[in-house]
Amino acid sequence: MDLKELYRDVILDHNRQPRNFGALTGADAHADGHNPLCGDRLTVWVRLDGERVADIRFEGTGCAISTASASLMTEAVKGKDKAAIEALYRQIHTLLTQHDAPADPALGKLVALAGVSEFPARVKCATLCWHTLNAALEQSAAAVTTE
Amino acid sequence: MKPAAASLDVERVRADFPILAQQVNGRPLVYLDSAASGQRPLAVLRAVEHYETHLHSNVHRGVHTLSQAATEAFEGARARARRFINARSAREILFVRGTTEGINLVAQSYGRSRLGPGDEILITALEHHANIVPWQMVCEQNGCTLKVAPIDRRGELDLERLFELLNARTRLVALAHVSNALGTVLPVKRIVEAAHSCGALVLVDGAQAVPHTAVDVRELGCDFYAFSGHKLYGPTGIGVLYGREELLEEMPPWQGGGDMIRTVSFEKSTYNELPWKFEAGTPNISGAVGLAAAMDYLESLGAAAVAAHEHHLLALATAELQAIPGIEIVGTAAHKAAVLSFTLRGCHPHDLGTILDSEGVAIRTGHHCAMPVMTFFGIPATARASFGCYNTESDVRALVAALDKAREVFG
Repeated sequence: MDLKELYRDVILDHNRQPRNFGALTGADAHADGHNPLCGDRLTVWVRLDGERVADIRFEGTGCAISTASASLMTEAVKGKDKAAIEALYRQIHTLLTQHDAPADPALGKLVALAGVSEFPARVKCATLCWHTLNAALEQSAAAVTTE
Repeated sequence: MKPAAASLDVERVRADFPILAQQVNGRPLVYLDSAASGQRPLAVLRAVEHYETHLHSNVHRGVHTLSQAATEAFEGARARARRFINARSAREILFVRGTTEGINLVAQSYGRSRLGPGDEILITALEHHANIVPWQMVCEQNGCTLKVAPIDRRGELDLERLFELLNARTRLVALAHVSNALGTVLPVKRIVEAAHSCGALVLVDGAQAVPHTAVDVRELGCDFYAFSGHKLYGPTGIGVLYGREELLEEMPPWQGGGDMIRTVSFEKSTYNELPWKFEAGTPNISGAVGLAAAMDYLESLGAAAVAAHEHHLLALATAELQAIPGIEIVGTAAHKAAVLSFTLRGCHPHDLGTILDSEGVAIRTGHHCAMPVMTFFGIPATARASFGCYNTESDVRALVAALDKAREVFG
């Protein structure tokens, strides 16, 4: 296991200075996510333009993987439509869970999360934001959990 | 700083624990998670193996040789546990799966049959979920009320407030002997005296206390005392609930089935005598045998020597961690046992746990099944290093070095 692979500079940077952090005013939907294992909590807000995510912000507390993953996610999905986001999630899920999976260049900065696949206990940290986004997109106000 | 009590030869102790002699992520294992589960000495492993290899059958009612041997081993373990906590009688020793089941037994048997609207159960703010949720369930079922005595910023129980909360409506006080998240040792005897003068019973969650201190239930005066085998270097899935005989006699069984009955007909069944009235179904026989061996082992080391050794390590680690910039120790009570909870600024405990693990250092991170404690301190989680009889000063140094590494990564 390689710590440097897990805590790449991009991850540490997005942990220290998460992008799109803080409540989104005028949001069309939001959802709360909770990882009871480590106490990570976050809220994701989205403003929609039809099927497209016109704006997205998040807020919460969590470990570096959870925070950086959420920050990177907001950058990656902004402007994309629901179908594209779903496809992106499938790719990121493969990246996080399959060791040595070739990183799809379409993932862009999200490939920084590739090191997580070596740390199975931390996969949930990285996926919490995606589950929460999905809940928000389903316009569900119910809290989601990774358990 | 004074050296550890000379009476504990730690290198010899370590040789008794084969699991410690391994590499984790290319580094020698530094096991600082005994508050979650202690490791097992060879004496326990061998006792279990001997039982499984030579003695096993089902206990009670068998006339064949193995059944009698298994019964003897199981009831012998009960007698051993009685001596371990100085109960009056082996009838006061109930084998359960662990502390959690012991507390649930009291909640569902005593609580459910005796408590009702207007009655109060008093707990403290530093309890493990296992000493909160069973009482909430009784309150929901029977309409009684849960009261909580607060703690202060050091993690000390606010005794004055606890004494104020004690009143004629208080029927039961349930408290930890040692806090699992903070390490605080509670003045159980004083609280028992105060509770009894109000007519309330006292249940003690001893899960974190038994590995670190000799427990004498008669000296404490408590009515119930629950603990787990695996925290005192015994197997998982076995624990003890001590209850005063007069109370257990009057309490209804909580689970029905084999072993707990005297006669069964479709009209009515009658119940077995103590302790079997509370032990429905085939018990964890090999677990009880292993637990008895763990008690022998711990007593052979000497409770005082173990306590002095762990106290030395706790004091050393506390001093070392206090000197590291960004480290905040959570739980600074005057009287603590073997648990050091802390946070590192800018590094979430979960990240800290991963980094320490990469250095071979095993600590626990999270809310430690004490979410209200985390809420009180306004943090989502802590990192927790805990010490057992086999830990050394070099383990503390490895922890400090691994924390330096974490500061480097997150610097």
